[in-house]
Order: sequence, then structure tokens, then C-alpha cells
Amino acid sequence: MDWQAFWLTIRLALTVTALLVVLGFPLAYWIAFSRWRWKFVIEAIVALPIVLPPTVLGFYVLIVLGRQGSIGRWWQEMTGHTLAFTFSGLVIGSVLYSLPFAVQPFASALASVDPRLLAASDVLGISRFGTFWRVMVPLSISGLVTGIALTFAHTMGEFGVVLMVGGNIPGVTRTLSINIYDQVQNLNYAGANTTALVLVVIAFVLLSLVYSLNRRFWNLGPRT
Amino acid sequence: MKTTAPNLTENVISQPSKSAPTGLDLYVRKSFSSFTLDVSFALPAGISILFGASGAGKTTLLDCIAGLTKADCGRVQIGERMVLDSERGINVPVRDRRVGYVFQDLALFPHLTVEGNVAYGIMGVQSEERLQRVARTLDSLGIAALRNRRPAQLSGGERQRVALARALITEPCILLLDEPLAALDLPVRMKIADDLRRSIQSLPIPVLYVTHSRDEVFMLGEKLFVLENGKLIAQGTPHEVLSAPRGETVAQLAGFENVFDAEVMALHQDRGTMTCRVGSARFESAQVELETPLVRADAGSRLRVGISAGDILLATSAPVGLSARNILPGRVLSLFQHDAIVTARVDCGVELSVHLTLGARDSLALAPGRQVWVIVKTHSCHLLSS
Repeated sequence: MDWQAFWLTIRLALTVTALLVVLGFPLAYWIAFSRWRWKFVIEAIVALPIVLPPTVLGFYVLIVLGRQGSIGRWWQEMTGHTLAFTFSGLVIGSVLYSLPFAVQPFASALASVDPRLLAASDVLGISRFGTFWRVMVPLSISGLVTGIALTFAHTMGEFGVVLMVGGNIPGVTRTLSINIYDQVQNLNYAGANTTALVLVVIAFVLLSLVYSLNRRFWNLGPRT
Repeated sequence: MKTTAPNLTENVISQPSKSAPTGLDLYVRKSFSSFTLDVSFALPAGISILFGASGAGKTTLLDCIAGLTKADCGRVQIGERMVLDSERGINVPVRDRRVGYVFQDLALFPHLTVEGNVAYGIMGVQSEERLQRVARTLDSLGIAALRNRRPAQLSGGERQRVALARALITEPCILLLDEPLAALDLPVRMKIADDLRRSIQSLPIPVLYVTHSRDEVFMLGEKLFVLENGKLIAQGTPHEVLSAPRGETVAQLAGFENVFDAEVMALHQDRGTMTCRVGSARFESAQVELETPLVRADAGSRLRVGISAGDILLATSAPVGLSARNILPGRVLSLFQHDAIVTARVDCGVELSVHLTLGARDSLALAPGRQVWVIVKTHSCHLLSS
């Protein structure tokens, strides 16, 4: 078991999940409530990573983050080193790759909050922000937990984007899924099995958590 | 937030206990594809009933007052405060209008307890005062024992009181109640309506109570407004409105169990009556003529006639020497008893519902198939515009 790869993967998943809560939540709110005519375009873009091969996404991220890309050049001027093949580059690629797994559950949970409850809050003199925290968030909490768990699990197991953007640098970009690939290449089937099992167990525990939590929330009773 | 009112005038007006003018003055116009809401009226403090069939625009009107729906043009003044004036570009946001609104589905927050729901609108108030106000409000509505329950654990009547408490605790300048009893069973409804009246009748603010139930109109009504197809067609005390029926909605309100299409056959100016041929669509072939009071109408014009089931007499032999002008032979189709009232369906060319007492049914030995004569006074035939 490559513990360095294990902790790197956990660190990557936590960072990406935290970023996607901060970035994905406002985006989900906008998707749930905007009446903009071209909203479907944004929704399609958000959903793209679900259907695109990770190598395609990874390829374009690599191009943009690389020395020739605009963001890559800007980053190099700011920090003195490139984004590609670094942990930060990995985080950016993973955020894009896991975006729909956070935004879609968030958005559907927010959209399912009864608009009459929001109107009630408004009539009672509560600001938009207050309504958000005191009605929207508590009533869509199961969707939020689902989005967070899915994002975490999905980032834990990603391979294609990591390989394209991060390469395979121990302690910097070598995650568990890359580690398995290496082990199989070296015919270390026993090692690959251990690592793969760890990923299976983590994914299973997270998904069980999601489903059990959702059932509990639904049991709170029908909306009145 | 409204608890930190920015200026003195608003503070003064926001206290309904002070002797500031407390009424509602409103003109609202809003067009939809199917109908146009176009209403103008003024309400004093106290309970007013807004009556109308579903789809008449009642909820839309309340939403316009609260600001949840934007009127095409209009003017809404609550107390001294102008909250909407499309000409002067005034449109106070919903949360600053100080409107108490009990929604038709109540819209209680399912994740909060009774106490949490009631305290929701005054979270900005300092905690000691807030707890006192919540306790006082829960007590006054008799729901203090339920404070830790969630809405899903409450009965319909309890939920209804929680929604009222949540609205009243914010000390609104007007209270809007949208069919608050519609979700309740009939026996419970009468009891709750009584409780509700006691809770709201002493409020120093206007209370606009929307309903399509005529029972509630008579239980709660002091001032009645009748809305039909987005227009106000009658207003006054329930008695005033009912003594001069005008439209279908009022007919329903007055409890005309029998409403028929009618064609004016002849006018008798000298006698103050006219003859109408009456027939429902189902009885095209068998139509009957009725003598009705004279109204301004031409021969051949079409009207509707409403007859209350309680205003019709039945006789088992051809009556003689009666002042009533409409005596029609017919046959009993069915008898149906609910409580102490028997409703007879009688076919006399048109089908009529007639209310009888149990005693009348028994002494006349009425049964389906029995030959009867239906007696209707001229002035029991109420003419409605069609």
C-alpha cells in the first residue's frame, strides 16, 4: 500500500470537494432559479464532463494550463512555475471533471424547495440571504450531502484527467488510481488488489452514507 | 429587516395599537390570457370576506396586495403607507410591506418546530423580548403545548393556528387569509371558524378573508365582497348582497339549488310580472313556463332563474285558491335525507330540488313515483343575468 499516494488522494478529494461547495453552490442556485433564456447552454456545459472521455477534458486542461495557455502563462508570471504536472493543476482539472457531480444534486435539491415557503419567508420580512440560510439550505440538505459525497468519491477515483494533467510524480500527482495502474504495469497484482479494494470500500461507504441519509431526510414527512 | 425601521414615521405607523388610520385602499389591474383582474375597493379595520368561485382571481388579488404578484398597474395603500403606486413608481418590496399572509396550503416550514415557525418572522428581535412574544402568541392561540412539534405531527386545525400565530406575531398592518379552512373536514371547520373569528375579530387592522364556502361567509361576515371573473360584482353586508342577487356567484352564495336558463316570452308591465320559458339543457323537449317578477328585459332575451329549494311547496292534490301563480304538475323522482332536511327531486318538465321537513314527507306519504304539484311564488323566482 502506497500511503503517500493514499494521503495525496485524500488531500486532493478534500480540496476539490471544498472548492466545489464554494463554487458549485452559487452556480447551482443560479441554475435552479435563473429564468435566462440561454440557461440550457450553461447546464449542458456543466454536464459535459459526465459524457466526455476524461482524456479529452484532461487534454484541453493541459493545453490551457501549459506554458502556451493563457492561464498557464499568467500563473507562471505570478508564481514562477507552471501549473501542469503540479498539485494545483491537478486540483483545477479535478474541479472541472467533478463539477456536474456537485452542481446537479445541489441544483435539483434547491429547485425542489416549495416556492410557497420562500414566499412565506419573504412575506414575514426576511431578507433573501436569511431565507437562503433558514429555509433553502435546511430543506435541501440531503441534496447538499449527496453532492458532497459524490464529488468526494468521484475525485478519489479519477484517472484520465489526473494522468493527462498531473502525470505520475510521487508525492505530487501520483494518486491511488495511478498507483494501481503502475502496480499492474509492474505485474504486482497483489499490491494492485489491495489498493483497488481500498477504493472500492471508500466508494461503498460513501454511497451507503448518501442513501441512508436521504432515506432519513425523506422520513421527516411530507411537506405541509 | 423591518425590526430596525429606518425612520420615525414608519415606526409610528407600524404600531397598529396607535390610533393611526388602519385601512386598506386599493386599485389593482392585472391581465392574464384567460381573464383580467380589475378591482378597486377600500376596507376598514375588521373582518371583510372576499367571496368567489375558484378561478375568480381571489388568490391573485391577495398576492398583489402582498407584492408576490406584480400588478400591471395599481395603487395599494395599507394604513397610511403607500406600498404600490404604479403611476409614481412606488413598489415596496414584499418583505417591507408588513403584511400577514396565511396561505391556502399554510406553507409552514416543515423543518422547524411550532415554536421555530412562530418565531421565524421576529428573529431580528432581541432574544428576551422574542421569547416573551412567542410565548404570549402561542398562549393566546392555545398552541403552547405543541411548541416542540413539527408541522407533520399536527392536526389540520392545529397547523392552521400555527400559521395564524406566525403571521400575527410580526404585528402586520393587514392580515390576508386565503381559504384558511379549505383543507379541513366539515365538522372541524365550523369549530375552527369560530375560534378563528374570536382570534381575529378584535384586531385593529383590516382582515381580508378569502373563501368560496357560503357557510364561512355567514359565520364570519361583516362586510362582503363578491368577485367574479376578476371583477367585483357586489359588496355590502351579506344580507344586502343577497337581497339583490346579480350574478352566478351571488346565486351560489344565496343558495339557489335550482338555477335554469330562461327565455323571456311576454312582459306584463301592468302586473309587474313576466312570463319566462324555463328549461335546462337536458330537458329541451319538456319546457315549462314560469311567472317571474318583471325586470328590464326584452321579449326573447335570455336570462337565468334561480329558485331556492326551501321556497318551493309540494301538494299531493291539485291546489285551488292559492295566491301562488306557478303551479306545475310533476312526479317525485327521488328523496334524500340529510340531517333534518329531506331533499326531493321532482320532475315537472324541468327537474327541481325541493326541501321538506321529515314531518311533511311522512304526512304526505311522499315516495318516488308519487304524483305531486309544485308551487312556486312569483317572487321566489330570482332573475340573474346570464
